[in-house]
Amino acid sequence: MAELFDILLSASFWAAAIRIASPLIFATMGELICERAGVLNLGIEGIMVAGAFAGWMAVYSGTDLWTGVAIAAMAGMLFGLVHATLTVPFGLSQHVVGLGVTLLATSATYFAYRVALPEVSSPPRIEAFQTYEVPLLSDLPLVGEALFSQTPLTYLAFVVAILTAIILYRTPLGLAVRAAGENPSAVEAQGLSVTGLRMGAVIVGSGLMAVGGAFLTMSAFNSFFFEMVNGRGWICIALVVFGAWRPGKALLGALLFAAFDALQVRLQQTPLGADIPYQVFLMLPYILSILALVVMSRRAEVPAALMVPYNKGTR
Amino acid sequence: MRLEPIADPGMGRTLGLPAIALTLTVIAASGLALVAGGDPFSVLGLIVQGAVGSKFALLETLNRATPLIFTGLAVAVAFRAKLWNIGAEAQLYGGAVITVLLGTGFLPWPSGILLPTLVIASMVTGALLLLGPAILKTRLGVDEVVTTLLLNFIALLFVSMLLEGPMKDPMGMGWPKSERLVAEARLPRLIEGLRLHWGFGLALISAGVVWVIQTRTTLGYEMRAVGLNAQAARFAGIPVGKVILKTAFLSGGLAALAGFSEVAGLKGSLTLDLSPGFGYTGIIVAMLALLNPLGVVISALFVAGIFVGADSMSRAAGVPTYIADILLALALLSMVLAIMLTRFRVVRG
Amino acid sequence: MSGSSGARTVLRLDSITKCFGALTANDRISFDLAEGEVLALLGENGAGKTTLMNILFGHYTADEGGVEVFGQPLPPGEPRAALSSGVGMVHQHFTLADNLTVLDNVILGTQSIWRTALGTGAARRKLADLATSFGLEVDPDARVGTLTVGERQRVEILKALYRDARILILDEPTAVLTPQEADALFGTLRKAVAQGMSVIFISHKLHEVMAIANRVVVLRHGKVVGRVATAETDRHKLAEMMVGAEIAPVAPRPATPGPALLSLDQVSTPSEGAAPGLAKVSLDLRAGQITGLAGVSGNGQVALADLIGGLIAPASGEMRLGNAPVEDWSPRAALAHRIGRIPEDRHKTGTIADFSLTENAILEAYPSAGFSRRGWMRWSAARDFAREVIDTYDVRCPGPETPIRLLSGGNMQKLILGRVLEDAPRIVLANQPVRGLDIGAVTYVQEQLIKARDGGAAVLLISEDLDEVLALSDVIHVMSEGRLSPEFARGTMTPAELGVWMAGDGFAEGSHAA
Repeated sequence: MAELFDILLSASFWAAAIRIASPLIFATMGELICERAGVLNLGIEGIMVAGAFAGWMAVYSGTDLWTGVAIAAMAGMLFGLVHATLTVPFGLSQHVVGLGVTLLATSATYFAYRVALPEVSSPPRIEAFQTYEVPLLSDLPLVGEALFSQTPLTYLAFVVAILTAIILYRTPLGLAVRAAGENPSAVEAQGLSVTGLRMGAVIVGSGLMAVGGAFLTMSAFNSFFFEMVNGRGWICIALVVFGAWRPGKALLGALLFAAFDALQVRLQQTPLGADIPYQVFLMLPYILSILALVVMSRRAEVPAALMVPYNKGTR
Repeated sequence: MRLEPIADPGMGRTLGLPAIALTLTVIAASGLALVAGGDPFSVLGLIVQGAVGSKFALLETLNRATPLIFTGLAVAVAFRAKLWNIGAEAQLYGGAVITVLLGTGFLPWPSGILLPTLVIASMVTGALLLLGPAILKTRLGVDEVVTTLLLNFIALLFVSMLLEGPMKDPMGMGWPKSERLVAEARLPRLIEGLRLHWGFGLALISAGVVWVIQTRTTLGYEMRAVGLNAQAARFAGIPVGKVILKTAFLSGGLAALAGFSEVAGLKGSLTLDLSPGFGYTGIIVAMLALLNPLGVVISALFVAGIFVGADSMSRAAGVPTYIADILLALALLSMVLAIMLTRFRVVRG
Repeated sequence: MSGSSGARTVLRLDSITKCFGALTANDRISFDLAEGEVLALLGENGAGKTTLMNILFGHYTADEGGVEVFGQPLPPGEPRAALSSGVGMVHQHFTLADNLTVLDNVILGTQSIWRTALGTGAARRKLADLATSFGLEVDPDARVGTLTVGERQRVEILKALYRDARILILDEPTAVLTPQEADALFGTLRKAVAQGMSVIFISHKLHEVMAIANRVVVLRHGKVVGRVATAETDRHKLAEMMVGAEIAPVAPRPATPGPALLSLDQVSTPSEGAAPGLAKVSLDLRAGQITGLAGVSGNGQVALADLIGGLIAPASGEMRLGNAPVEDWSPRAALAHRIGRIPEDRHKTGTIADFSLTENAILEAYPSAGFSRRGWMRWSAARDFAREVIDTYDVRCPGPETPIRLLSGGNMQKLILGRVLEDAPRIVLANQPVRGLDIGAVTYVQEQLIKARDGGAAVLLISEDLDEVLALSDVIHVMSEGRLSPEFARGTMTPAELGVWMAGDGFAEGSHAA
């Protein structure tokens, strides 16, 4: 128990948790935006892979880091466009299309990697985002190191979460997006385009997912590996459910999840870790996600029109 | 734009649109080959040649198709009832693990008893692995897409734990690898002298059985009714929850047979790379087959051919094998679109 | 109400034509709407009224023809253009998001979506002003999902008024209201017209048309078949124009009721979200009698239908079939007790769209020995049964292997009717059995229900249409908020008196005394 307290009271633990949370926050907000508009985006896993590669590759090819982030976002938006076109105007199964987009984005990324770097045995490194210590705030005890000595992309993740909440609940655009996820005919009857809103939400959401992926190659690490996204996309889908489709709760969920993930890494190094196979610790995040889904299943407020395609002809 | 149902799509539309979809997919793949510095025609030619160009290639394709038939059937059965089983990968490993546990000497039985036992044990294990998510879906409304996906990761870690712990082969020179199956637990060759095992035969039989279940039995009728309109099925008195659980049982069992067949027919032992994503590829196989169990056989052969062909093409032409995955993902997306357009017409306003 | 002569034209439809596949829904329809007039668009179900209004509002684009609003041509296919030119529409199926507040629903789409803040202060004031001046009180912060049907319709009208609509289109607005609520709606419309509003009132109810409209345009099979001022016509002439022939209303002979086949004694069920459950309902369904259930939708009819259909069980109280209390209640159990069930929604609950007629015909009966044996389907027997239903119940279709989604609503309903009645049920649960059907199918379905009654079945007819309940029922109950009124014998209650009960006012505190 004493060890557990030591871990929980150390700033480095919380700094790690927030670092782990950052890509999840981007992608969870992206998924949340899609689902609030009524579209389940199972392309998330592949889109994160594509974003991770695109951002890293851009920087490796000589762009600066922020341009890399923008290129990652654009790569994600491109796959978002594919998803949106097939699921919104054509109303195809969001399950099937989402999985198809994940397969497409993943394989296209791996293909691009092999084409771009045919000869390398280990992937090259880039100069990744460095930590930026926020003046004054980073000097605060505990919080300073945990919260204010992170890379700019982490700060951006929190800004994105706050912006998502503000836009969804405080602007006409957000109201329209939420209405599209609740009852598309209400949106249509008030002269707005359901197709436009939903496609827009999926494209923007996919862009955010890709930035989440790019965080891995441009901030958490400085290189691209196969399998590096490793189910994070699916976890984000669980986080959206856990957060009851609300940005604030989803943000909290991502932080909790990341804290738990950071904890299991540290527990592996304690005497406890010597007795238990490391795979058990690695399983915990996935098990936790399933548990979160089970716990939230009864009270979750699902957008009423989630996964319901809208076709003007069938009323 | 608006989609308008077509009462009676002609033969031209029903066959033409999927043909166009596949053609466009192949054209896109050719473009990718060009990007990767290959000559599109020779790349495509090499894929075809690598898939069916020789007896060796053909057998390799049949062997590769075997697990895909099983996982394709698993997905087809589940999706038909709108049970989104994305966990065929986990169920496959479930079947493989139980096969190794029971088939490495634990059951000292002759082949004639041991093999059927392993088949049943695998199916039950796979079924149980899907039953959990299915119960969470029917009882609590937990989305099974996410739970089955996450279970894949858990299953793989679990197998890794076994292979580095209790199931590790002491003779494996440190590699995470299980002991080899006893001879009685190995599937015999389908035809003497040809490198093709009985797993393929079992896969064909399974496809036939699933087809009979779906078209001739009350269970098949119930599964289709639940998949097409659960609300109407419930109203009519069909026990929707039970039907979903039975579907899960069948689907998980079929996926697990892929693991059994790979271990007992091909590999002889269990390693962490037993499946290069057969569970996920099963989704493509099933969708390309329009969820028809007999179609699954054909589409599994097609998909396996692409993979095998791409492997050999890659060695010859230097274009990355991932071109096969892209080709299949594109085929999946363009096919679902094409199928939809055979039933609906896009009209203005 | 101001007359129509001499007033300027605010809306002109010119030769509107619209086809869906082989069906011509609108065939060269033209008419004008004058300022300050109420124009009724009269026609039975399927006559093309709703399609026409959807074209006017921009949900559909016409194949031919055009619309002019205040002398300006209206760009086709753009609801936004219709809205900004002053056309407001109250849809038959409300277009409200249940999880959003009234205010959110009203202001949705009224501001540029790129504004950085949602301005609600001014909106709130304007909404309050409109509510008071038109008598449309509703709490702006209430979630729409918690409102009654009548309140939701007020929100729909407020949406149009908030956008300063000068032309208001109401599609079957009274279908979901009590007679008193309908009167209140007419009051609101008269106020609006007095302020220069022009109204198109879509309906198939003749007495309403006569009460509210200045002029009537009658549609039949997508064509205009009559234009007449209400002052110069009467209900019979309108009815003849609408149907194309003299209509003989279904008039059942007096019933000879037998013993109660199904009894509820103080039965309660839990509420499901906004839908109320049953509150201590006692009811007897007698052999050889049609029991009509009137009420505004969303007042517990779903719970009662689900209870009798086997989808839910009583939470308290007792349900008896004959004299035996019911245990293990399920759809299968209901079927085993020979309860035939015509569901409310034939598309979502009654049939499986992609199944053939054969597969749909045996949806309830497939476990029986006739259609399956030891888990194996007997398809040839199923097909024979489907053919029999098709012949007996006059289901127009290419054959038993046709997917049922290709059938018209009327033919779909006939197949369901056949599925239910072929088994000679002892109890028939008919939930909105003629909703959305054309007059021929309506008459057919109603005659079959009377025939079942005369054959000794106990029929429960649930309908939102008070006229239908009054016409068919031997005894009537009214439902409100899950409570059931006492039994009223045929001919003892006027629509207005029933309306009082529908509004929930007749129920004495804590008792059921009539």
